[in-house]
Amino acid sequence: MLTLEKNSLSEEIEELVSLYGENRGSLLEILGAIEKKYGYISEFAQQEVARLLNIHPVEVYSFISFFSFLHSKPQGRNMVRMCKTIACNMKGADNISAVIEKELGIKFGETTKNRRVTLEYTNCLGMCDCAPAMLVNGKIYTNLDVEKAIKIINELK
Amino acid sequence: MSTSAVNPKKRTGPVIFSEYNSGDGIKKAFSLKREDILFELKESKLKGRGGAGFPTSSKWMLTAAASSDKKFLICNADEGEPGTFKDRVLLQEYPELVFDGMVIGGYTIGAKYGIVYLRGEYEYIYESLQFYLQSMRKRNFLGNNILGSNFSFDIKIHLGAGAYVCGEETALIESLEGERGEPRNRPPYPVNTGYMGYPTVVNNVETLAAVPHIVCKSGKWFKKFGTDKSTGSKLFSVSGDCNKPGVYELPWGITIRELLNIVEAENTKAVQVGGASGICIPKSGFDRKLGYEDAATGGSVIVFNEKRNMLQVLKNFMEFFVEESCGQCTPCRIGNVKLLEGVEKIEKGNYTFSYINTLKELGNTMKVASKCGLGQSSPNSFISILENFKDEIFKSNGANNDRVG
Ligand SMILES: Cc1cc2nc3c(=O)[nH]c(=O)nc-3n(C[C@H](O)[C@H](O)[C@H](O)COP(=O)(O)O)c2cc1C
Ligand code: SF4
Ligand code: FES
Repeated sequence: MLTLEKNSLSEEIEELVSLYGENRGSLLEILGAIEKKYGYISEFAQQEVARLLNIHPVEVYSFISFFSFLHSKPQGRNMVRMCKTIACNMKGADNISAVIEKELGIKFGETTKNRRVTLEYTNCLGMCDCAPAMLVNGKIYTNLDVEKAIKIINELK
Repeated sequence: MSTSAVNPKKRTGPVIFSEYNSGDGIKKAFSLKREDILFELKESKLKGRGGAGFPTSSKWMLTAAASSDKKFLICNADEGEPGTFKDRVLLQEYPELVFDGMVIGGYTIGAKYGIVYLRGEYEYIYESLQFYLQSMRKRNFLGNNILGSNFSFDIKIHLGAGAYVCGEETALIESLEGERGEPRNRPPYPVNTGYMGYPTVVNNVETLAAVPHIVCKSGKWFKKFGTDKSTGSKLFSVSGDCNKPGVYELPWGITIRELLNIVEAENTKAVQVGGASGICIPKSGFDRKLGYEDAATGGSVIVFNEKRNMLQVLKNFMEFFVEESCGQCTPCRIGNVKLLEGVEKIEKGNYTFSYINTLKELGNTMKVASKCGLGQSSPNSFISILENFKDEIFKSNGANNDRVG
């Protein structure tokens, strides 16, 4: 990372810390905000958060590793989270997932080479009455079939 | 009692979906003494809708009685139990019930701060909730000196980050404090030592949504519905093999068969009551009643028809628990992996019956030795599915059942 980028990231994190509070209780909100903007929380960002909250960087890392929606490695520009829990599974989610994998040439848990899409499985999204369901960049899509899912994925920039 | 089509205010039901005007519960509460509210709540016999079924009035009384300069009220909107989606419907279509319930709760227990812990998966409703809170502030239903009283209360929304176990109240509090979402030992209970060490009430979204109705219409009115041990109504989230999946408000005590008729389920073989943590009930149990005293559920009802392979259903549940266990205690961390392994061996016909019995014993050990509700309840589906569907499971997967896996 360039020094300039580092400086601006530091400033951003300082702003987040003053917004949410300079204490450990703000960790979820601060990390959530960084993840939302950058798609992950870099090592440098982790160190900055730790420094400003006066905790050890390992604790920040450990926190991140606990939550499936927080990442310490860069992700694709678009995050696709496919529900694989029972109600969606019963309505053919596994078949849709297989077709998506084929279309993108990657497996769930992976990111396309051009960083366009990351595929992740997730558990019940609370949309079981309109299964199958998936989240794309936080937006919910329901009553999926293969055609609909592929169209959504292929339209991602 | 309609399905999930977004059609706000078109739902009807005996309690939660009955007539209510935003703010009425708050106004009524302010005309009452705190003890009067606690009395009505006790009279209603309302129990927690988040799964554990603890009497709400006891929880509130304990926190009200605790002396502390700060107290908190947390609305648990982490809704992660597979097959549950009624809290989402409440937050999207009836935010006035949930938030008015929180204000009344804050007033009753003497808390100034309310927190909604909204699961990260529901981020797409975050903005509309913020908008609603803002409108409440404008009308002085939130903020300083609400409606000219000397009571001040405000609500913040925190987003979770994709961890089922954070729905467990002490794990939820841990994560709000910037720690990994690992459940705490109890006691102490949150009512005494909760968020940041202060007395804290944690209630499910639906529990809070019942409160304004009880305050406006009385505890006596509330308990007219349901049964003696399970008063009031319940929001059931129905999914799986039926023609009309969705959220239904029905009185507690309704039988599984009656519910199946309402949702137009045909050729039903089994019903999973209470989500992955719940139990799987076969046809012979369809006259059982939904309620705390019989088949309890936080709302999740998943229907399976004759064509479903129950071993695959069980495998899906066990994969869920292996992924969602926080790994803090051994019975749950290792136990769920062993149970999943068992399912995979049955799938391959690679088992003996003594091995299956050992696994069931392991399940029973997990129920008593696990630290939190996750590991205590994850063996439920394993045991009930293998027990209730043993013919189907062992006949179709019995190819090599003389070999030990
Ligand atoms: C693994 C696990 C997950 C839970 N998830 C939720 C949840 O998503 N929502 C909820 O209200 N309660 C959940 N609970 C129950 C809470 O610990 C707690 O009992 C409940 O929020 C109390 O509210 P109530 O008394 O209004 O039901 C969960 C419990 C466990 C063990
Ligand atoms: S029972 Fe499971 S989820 Fe609960 S504390 Fe133990 S390991 Fe964690
Ligand atoms: S099982 Fe997929 S949304 Fe509930």
